Amino acid sequence: MTKEETKSVLMEIVAQIIPDEDLTNLKGDIPIREQVELDSMDFLDIIMELRKRYGIEVPEDDYIQLATIDSSVAYLEPRMRDL
Amino acid sequence: MNRDWLKDTKSEYDVIVIGSGLAGLTCANMLAKGGHSILLLEHHYNLGGLATWFKRKGGHIFDISLHGFPVGMIKTCRKYWNPEIADSIVQLKGIRLDNPQFSLTTTYDSDDFKRVMQEHFKIPRETIDNFVSALRGMNFYDDQTMTTRELFENFFPGRHDIVRMIMEPITYANGSTLDDPAITYGIVFSNFLNKGVYTFQGGTDKIIGMMRAELIKNGVDVRTKCLVGKIGIEDKKIAGVVANGKMIKGKAVVSNGNLLSTIHKLVGDENFSESFIEEAKKVRLNNSSCQVYMGIKKGEKIDYIGDLLFTSEAEKFDSEELRSKNTTSRTFSIYYPQTRPGSDMYSIVASSNANYNDWANLSEEKYRASKEELIQRTLDALEKYVPKIRDKVDYLEAATPKTFQRYTLHLSGASFGTKFEGLKISMGLPKEILGLFHTGSVGIIMSGWLGAANYGVIVANDVDKFLS
Ligand SMILES: Cc1cc2nc3c(=O)[nH]c(=O)nc-3n(C[C@H](O)[C@H](O)[C@H](O)COP(=O)(O)OP(=O)(O)OC[C@H]3O[C@@H](n4cnc5c(N)ncnc54)[C@H](O)[C@@H]3O)c2cc1C
Repeated sequence: MTKEETKSVLMEIVAQIIPDEDLTNLKGDIPIREQVELDSMDFLDIIMELRKRYGIEVPEDDYIQLATIDSSVAYLEPRMRDL
Repeated sequence: MNRDWLKDTKSEYDVIVIGSGLAGLTCANMLAKGGHSILLLEHHYNLGGLATWFKRKGGHIFDISLHGFPVGMIKTCRKYWNPEIADSIVQLKGIRLDNPQFSLTTTYDSDDFKRVMQEHFKIPRETIDNFVSALRGMNFYDDQTMTTRELFENFFPGRHDIVRMIMEPITYANGSTLDDPAITYGIVFSNFLNKGVYTFQGGTDKIIGMMRAELIKNGVDVRTKCLVGKIGIEDKKIAGVVANGKMIKGKAVVSNGNLLSTIHKLVGDENFSESFIEEAKKVRLNNSSCQVYMGIKKGEKIDYIGDLLFTSEAEKFDSEELRSKNTTSRTFSIYYPQTRPGSDMYSIVASSNANYNDWANLSEEKYRASKEELIQRTLDALEKYVPKIRDKVDYLEAATPKTFQRYTLHLSGASFGTKFEGLKISMGLPKEILGLFHTGSVGIIMSGWLGAANYGVIVANDVDKFLS
């Protein structure tokens, strides 16, 4: 998967989990939780979805790396490159 | 009549869930949706655990724990159950607090709370905003050394009236006191403050019925009247459970029973490391409850006096007074006919916090007399809000910590699981025994309908990881 594809997959998952939020103006370098309503259960849903769809395990210590869209893509890209 | 409640069970399941509280139910549902074979075992004849109800002659139905939950329950039901369940959740708008310090009505959502704090308690808007955002920013992994008392003292020094306003409802909701960590308060209070207090229209029987149907649709093998006596362990790994005397194999076991009885009774201390047992022994249980159920005669009406009334004659908030046997502090939940659309019945449930030990060791005669006293004192207090209440009721019953223990098997009838330290122990079980998990009210933040259901999801995720 390319970096672009990784990002679009991530955005699709986020959109599925918080369908009521408008994601069009989401900034990549600001924590997602500061821009839209995304609680800790929503965050866990993102982690679960990544595992279910792509078999990616994100250990709890790495959660912090998924704070913004940009940092998430940077974190996921090497793990999704071969998918 | 000895019916076999475990007739035709399979010889092995991926996961056996013990207990059908909201955490057990939600965990079972998520795992079944993930494609695992699930056996759900409940000792009572109804599912739901503390999310329960009972019927009495005269057409009365009483709900036990439907006083109210945070708006987050809508999302939780939509995501982990189905949209139909989520769609029946509605706001309760009339929250009343009445005590010697103040008397007011609020919806208890963020805007109205700020209004009350400004208009009634004369707190500057900035202080309120700072307080609310401090609570919003709290996470369970933050510093736990600050107590709730210290938090309040920082924002509202010396203001006992405000402490009562912001604490008393939470103490009823989860048994926490001013000595519990500020973060547990912050997380729970923010959840409520977000959009106020919500309920399930149709009653507890309806939501649990809908959940049961969903579980069956997703392939869960649901069994009631099945008491698990033992969790089987071989070589530090889960083997299965013994239910109604029958051994059933499972790759993983999730206990939704009381955390401490899961460890000490169902598994047994000998199966854990010494250091783990030492830590587990330090876990404190939360308090228990008393309730008085009042059925209003068919044809009688009650004028609207609010949905949830927090009442007390105590001079100020004191969690020990709240739990004491002669407390004057209680909440009244008024269930108008709208609770169950189509019905024309009213009922009132009074709840108070209680200590197990005040009730556990009474003689049969003393116990009965104490229950009667509780009922009479409750009616006296209710008279202020519903005049001539004694003429309107035709059914009265009381529950005590012993009742809660009998129906849910919680040690000491614990109503809200454990204090904060229980969370770490609950989450630590899989590291001690491969395939053993616990879900259910622990750590204050994982209790209540919302906390328990969400914890069920968190644990389902861990179990799914373990199985794959
Ligand atoms: C009086 C009262 C009022 C409340 N009001 C509210 C409220 O208004 N709003 C709110 O959000 N929360 C309320 N709560 C709290 C809320 O009800 C609980 O936190 C929540 O329902 C607990 O869910 P749970 O999953 O932890 O399990 P529980 O409800 O405790 O259920 C555990 C289940 O496991 C079963 N079980 C245990 N051991 C075994 C065994 N060995 N074999 C088989 N089955 C077993 C029990 O029978 C029970 O069904 C109230 C609680 C009480 C007591």
